[in-house]
Amino acid sequence: MATITASVYTSHVPAIGAALDLGKTNEPYWQPVFAGYEPSKAWFAQNTPDVIFLVYNDHATAFSLDLIPTFAIGTGPSYPPADEGWGARPVPVVQGHPELAAHIAQSVIQDDFDLTIVNRMDVDHGLTVPLSLLCGQPQAWPCRVIPFAVNVVQYPVPSGRRCFNLGRAIRKAVESYDEPLKVQIWGTGGMSHQLQGPRAGLINREWDNAFLDRLIADPEGLASMPHIEYVREAGSEGIELVMWLIARGAMSDRPPKVVHRFYHVPASNTAVGHLILENQ
Amino acid sequence: MALDKPYKDIPGTTIFDADQARKGYYLNQFCMSLMKAENRERFKANERAYLDEWPMTEEQKQAVLARDLNRCIELGGNIYFLAKIGATDGRSFQYMAASMTGMTQEEYAKMMLEGGRSPKGNRYIGEDK
Repeated sequence: MATITASVYTSHVPAIGAALDLGKTNEPYWQPVFAGYEPSKAWFAQNTPDVIFLVYNDHATAFSLDLIPTFAIGTGPSYPPADEGWGARPVPVVQGHPELAAHIAQSVIQDDFDLTIVNRMDVDHGLTVPLSLLCGQPQAWPCRVIPFAVNVVQYPVPSGRRCFNLGRAIRKAVESYDEPLKVQIWGTGGMSHQLQGPRAGLINREWDNAFLDRLIADPEGLASMPHIEYVREAGSEGIELVMWLIARGAMSDRPPKVVHRFYHVPASNTAVGHLILENQ
Repeated sequence: MALDKPYKDIPGTTIFDADQARKGYYLNQFCMSLMKAENRERFKANERAYLDEWPMTEEQKQAVLARDLNRCIELGGNIYFLAKIGATDGRSFQYMAASMTGMTQEEYAKMMLEGGRSPKGNRYIGEDK
């Protein structure tokens, strides 16, 4: 039987990927960001799973306004890094896990979550920056990845409650897969940031840290937070944080072990938040 | 019956909802076309002619030509799509963000280094600073 061993939560700021790719990690601006992920890299090297179920959002890359799936699961064999307008990131092609992905799709759709099935797509910084932060710059990613894209660009985005319950359905699906795979689930995006309009640059350190506290200790209560609070307190793009609730919902109902917690402002326009939680 | 949109009272913020997306469909799809190098070249060679290939409103075309991102957003643009215009111009995202706030890029970058824009006074129109 497959099991979910741990969950990872992290921002996926594109400038972090650019800093890595251009060798700027030791510059004073970036050094504190990458230092915050050193323990995570060591942990990941010791705890490399067979598969990462990676929840992220596409940023007008694979999905234009022609097609806007709320939840899209990648069931394909591989996913190239996308050219987002300045050339593709120099990172490995992401290898999928079609068998597990198809199994999860089958189970989760029968649990009333209407997933869009994707067999071919490019993956943008939303997916590749978290991999870089935890895995560094390898020739090939150290495990398989199932991309799971959530619409957080066009409102209304899915509610926190729905995301949390979807996580529970994903847990049930993983635990009913016969092969004894170790699976991690990652929730990415956030934390507070606003990229548009005269209010651009909004950061809310206090709110972000309260979000991290509640994600650890009271995820079910946190899941009932309405969209408007995210937007008001954490900025219009802070709404990405609903994706973290998918990963948290996939964890055991028992309290998790907090392996690592990190918070830093700023990375470009964004507050960087990061947590690693293990099931115990 | 009008749907509840509680986000209308947040200062300096336009939520990209289904209505905005409907208004901005061609504006955003024009931006999306700039993902291709040959389209970027054609756009740069003659911006007006390239825009005229799209069934956008004249107001939307003028906002793009003026690089007035706030106006583009008001007319249905979304920042992730509009960012492709900045990339075509060789501008950083911080440059674009600063341009929407009335600050210089240096002032904006300094604000971010100092912890970003405070939510205080920015949660809803009329909140005390």
